[in-house]
Amino acid sequence: MSAEPGVPVVRVDLSGVRRRLDGTQGRTFWKSLEELAETPGFLEFLHREFPEQASEFDDPAGRREFLRVMGASLALAGLTACTKQPTETIVPYVKAPENVIPGRPLFFATAVTEGGYAKGVLVESHMGRPTKIEGNPDHPASLGATDAVTQAAILGLYDPDRSKTLTSYGEIRSWTTFVDTLRAALGPQRISKGAGLRILTETVTSPTLAQQIKDLLADYPEARWHQYEPAARDNARAGGILAFGEAVEARYSFANADVVLSLDADFLGTGPGAVRYIRDFASRRKITSERPEMNRLYVVESSISVTGASADHRLPVRPSQVEGFARAVAAGLALAVEGGTADHADLVAALVKDLKRTDGRSVVVAGDAQPPAVHALAHAMNEKLGAVGKTVAYTAPVEAESVDRLASLKALVADMLAAKVQVLVVLGGNPVFTAPADFGIAYAMEKVALRVHLGLYDDETAERCHWHIPEAHSLETWSDARAFDGTVTVMQPLIAPLYGGKSAHEVVAAFRADRSGHDVVKDYWRAHLGGVDTERTWQRVLHDGVVAGTSFPEKNVTVKLGEWARVAPPPPAKGVEVVLRPDPSIGDGRYANNGWLQELPKPLTKLTWDNAVLMSPAMAKALGIVTTTNYDGRLENGGKRISTGTISDVVKVKVESRTIEGPAWVVPGHPEGVVTVHLGFGRTRAGRVGNGVGFNAYALRASTALWSATGVEVTKSGATHLVACTQDHWSMEGRNLMRAASLEEFEKNPEIVHEGGEEPPAELSMYPRHKYEGHAWGMSIDLNSCVGCNACVTACQSENNIPVVGRDQVGRGREMQWIRVDRYYEGPPEAPETYHQPVLCMHCENAPCEVVCPVAATVHSDEGLNEMVYNRCVGTRYCSNNCPYKVRRFNFYLYQDWETPSLKLMRNPDVTVRSRGVMEKCTYCVQRINEKRIDSKNEGREIKDGEIKTACQQACPAEAIIFGDVNDPESRVSKLKATPRNYGLLAELNTRPRTSYLASVKNYNPEIRRG
Amino acid sequence: MPQIFHHSTNSLSKFSVFGALFLAVGGLWFLLEVNRSSYVTRAHEARPQPVPFSHAHHVGGLGVDCRYCHTSVDKAAYAGIPPTQTCMNCHSQIWSQSPTLEPVRASYKTDKSIEWTKVHDLPDFVYFNHSAHVNKGVGCSTCHGRVDKMPLVWQEKSLQMEWCLDCHRHPQRYVRPKTEVFNIAWEPPADQEEKGRDLVKEYNIHPRTTCSTCHR
Repeated sequence: MSAEPGVPVVRVDLSGVRRRLDGTQGRTFWKSLEELAETPGFLEFLHREFPEQASEFDDPAGRREFLRVMGASLALAGLTACTKQPTETIVPYVKAPENVIPGRPLFFATAVTEGGYAKGVLVESHMGRPTKIEGNPDHPASLGATDAVTQAAILGLYDPDRSKTLTSYGEIRSWTTFVDTLRAALGPQRISKGAGLRILTETVTSPTLAQQIKDLLADYPEARWHQYEPAARDNARAGGILAFGEAVEARYSFANADVVLSLDADFLGTGPGAVRYIRDFASRRKITSERPEMNRLYVVESSISVTGASADHRLPVRPSQVEGFARAVAAGLALAVEGGTADHADLVAALVKDLKRTDGRSVVVAGDAQPPAVHALAHAMNEKLGAVGKTVAYTAPVEAESVDRLASLKALVADMLAAKVQVLVVLGGNPVFTAPADFGIAYAMEKVALRVHLGLYDDETAERCHWHIPEAHSLETWSDARAFDGTVTVMQPLIAPLYGGKSAHEVVAAFRADRSGHDVVKDYWRAHLGGVDTERTWQRVLHDGVVAGTSFPEKNVTVKLGEWARVAPPPPAKGVEVVLRPDPSIGDGRYANNGWLQELPKPLTKLTWDNAVLMSPAMAKALGIVTTTNYDGRLENGGKRISTGTISDVVKVKVESRTIEGPAWVVPGHPEGVVTVHLGFGRTRAGRVGNGVGFNAYALRASTALWSATGVEVTKSGATHLVACTQDHWSMEGRNLMRAASLEEFEKNPEIVHEGGEEPPAELSMYPRHKYEGHAWGMSIDLNSCVGCNACVTACQSENNIPVVGRDQVGRGREMQWIRVDRYYEGPPEAPETYHQPVLCMHCENAPCEVVCPVAATVHSDEGLNEMVYNRCVGTRYCSNNCPYKVRRFNFYLYQDWETPSLKLMRNPDVTVRSRGVMEKCTYCVQRINEKRIDSKNEGREIKDGEIKTACQQACPAEAIIFGDVNDPESRVSKLKATPRNYGLLAELNTRPRTSYLASVKNYNPEIRRG
Repeated sequence: MPQIFHHSTNSLSKFSVFGALFLAVGGLWFLLEVNRSSYVTRAHEARPQPVPFSHAHHVGGLGVDCRYCHTSVDKAAYAGIPPTQTCMNCHSQIWSQSPTLEPVRASYKTDKSIEWTKVHDLPDFVYFNHSAHVNKGVGCSTCHGRVDKMPLVWQEKSLQMEWCLDCHRHPQRYVRPKTEVFNIAWEPPADQEEKGRDLVKEYNIHPRTTCSTCHR
């Protein structure tokens, strides 16, 4: 990597950062270290609408050549405007299905599963095409909201790279040939009672599948059923056994919790209950000046997470230090626990006092990555605090068959190596990619005579199997699954399998006789639903999306403080530690081929299309890491001019004999002496989107150190890597973008959030004021509720047909998402406070974009919407140049896929699919406004408050986004805008934004010294 | 030195200066007119269909109501093109052997749709909603003309934006009593403007002319 001579290379100087922080008074929020250091490149970047390289046409032909050729074609192109429209056809039904009205979507209740657990959804279907996923308000894990991954499941369904044919040794075969082969192989197994038969599944909560497998095991008593999940919650399970002597599931009620302590638990970001937990947690942060009471969250964490970012007090520690901290807190609560750390004594004392203060309205949550003892300690503390029954409840395990999934896979590998296995059936999952590196599962599998794989993709595991059966997607199958609290959803298909996929139910049924998934699932529930009219009950269950009364009852269990409480943990390791986590966007790798998720800026790092070796600023400095952000498009890499993104040094991470190499990435607030790597990248057979993206962190993962490892060597490899990070994209210039206060300050002076901001009088404008006689749409976003989960971004992408642009284009600052979640830091880079701010079109009343459009393609509506008329737009980009919020997105290329047939099915028919050369931006989901307006007019009534929900609002688990009519003083949005926390972004510019924010408030414990 | 140009050049240059202006304006006017003409809009052009279905016969002759086939016209954006099943309701009994109806029977037997040619084809960036109009007193014939007199359907109006806006700006000229919406033979009364004004008030009609009403 070398720069052109004379071109300033932007390097971050941490001492500059320090000087700047020391010199400032009041609050300073910053997005990146580059911004904090005010590097010249960043300042240049800030002043531009798009980064310089975004406007650059850098085909080999060059811009001049392009213009010359285009000049001639343009002269002729005028004639083409005289063409007539092509003749199109209408293809009606032959026999119209009942209840289908063309142009009116139907919504079906079903579930999307992740790690075996159900997330209840309502899927929008346009004449048989599922197009959008919404949460099911009746489902306990959703309550109407969704997460980013669930939103993206619709793209997963239509993914053109899904496996499409049943194959044997790579040759296309029929289902009947497979069934014949399977049954032939089962012949000898019948004699040996199935001694050589193994079934490997992911975590199973499906009552029907569990019953099927149990029935199968009754036929073959010597056969075994194994379960494996790379991000399994085995430690939580083991912790329950340690504390109570039996496996339990802990279920939290954050709505009741005044004080929450997270011991490395990312309960807002991962896990089957995350969406519900965000709702409950955020419900305690919606404060007003009349009711200034909110919960307080303490997070002790060994990496970075959205939970840590939402914390009022966050303590970054090494993974090996968490247990010592937990023991110290437990000892402080007068539990007979030893081995507590003496560090952070002040914090522990204040924390203990705070936990006790609430009389049981507090809760301690242990993270899935922490050892069983920490979970047991959390249980003991909750019991001691009197939290059981108030903020935490225990139930039987939700999995159909609760096992230690790591031990289960280990046993299978041992059997395979011992050549005890003749038939292996892998039902879902990708164990060859996700198994711990020391298992050598690929080698062990070679010893199995018949290997069958059922999966959505022809992936790494399929490659190692003799037979591969395409799996039907969650939205294509009859099945059932339990939510985090045990509630069952019977899943119904939205569409027949696009590629003739089979479900796990059908494959297991084929051991005996071919049966459809529908029959298998319905037969099971016919026997279990009971009631007088089973068919009626069945219909109700499908309609509701939940089976009433299937939530698990609470269990009475008592903690037994065993030997584990008295054994001190091993002393915190010296040297560097590595933390391994599923990626916040693509999980354990199963969503690697999903473009929406790959391009989704990760909640805290804002990286796209990559994973990285995350480390603290101090560690990066010690290693001599240089990140060069290419703000001006004039960098060279290996003699080739590149104009994208940020170049970072590659580091080598070595644990014992295992190594990986990846770009280093500096993360403010990252624990010292720790590097974090995210799993799921570096796929080789994910598909066209996911192949070769990032590095495979599973290579570091050993069964003895699943979540973290000690004795890590981190060295610079000498290479550099180009990273597409969006953290500085669309940076706004000005003061007081993010407003925050402490609860104490807010109580004393609710107007504190308005200090330093000014709102000029409305008459200041040269233009006449708009009159809004009917509705006037507006939005309020509560920054105190927002946890930065990204659900809104993906929901918007799905609703509004927003294309994926790819890594190179993201690096150029051309990403197309209409809503972005800006992440701000405040304070020192070692331990900053973190804030999130979703930014979308503000729909300004004095919109700077409208007055500069030469063709009136962006205009103001009588309801205050700032409208974008695609068919008028000629692509001058004056509007985005004049937008202080930088929320406009330009189609520099033909980003939308106009060719792939399956993706055409996915699009929302109510939103125009934009072409090249057109500006676009948030419309406040005008298609939804129009739909409800027409409905209400047809019914001769007014639009009800809350009837129109924008896509981002509907998806938001925190209910942070509220949309409505600001002309109606009784509407929810008007009331929110009247509260003291309300402020307008850059309101001093007199844009009069319709989108406004409620300032963030942190509930600091006055007894804890900060900074 | 003799004059280079003959004095007739004076008139010629005057003529060409004004002529060029006239030509430019005329050319522009011509282009606009071409764009409005039925050559471009394809209005009044009867379009061939796979089955020569005659609205003149079914609506004009037999008096079948619009909604018998276009079932969703008052419920959704699309009026709805009837499924083959609807044709077969009658034609399994009458004209059941007619060779003209062979494509209908074939469709019913093979479960393959009949592909009708779209006559009223708005650009893809236009979102028109039938229900919003039909429920507010805009009659079928206002836009579609006397379909009951069309053996093969043609497009009666230009369907251009200026045509849409004319009604959205002056609804009183076109609106009719709700009871007459499906009356294809309805003729505006002599005092339409006056009656229309009352109806606009009574039906609470506020036609919108902002872009996002139709473009989104």
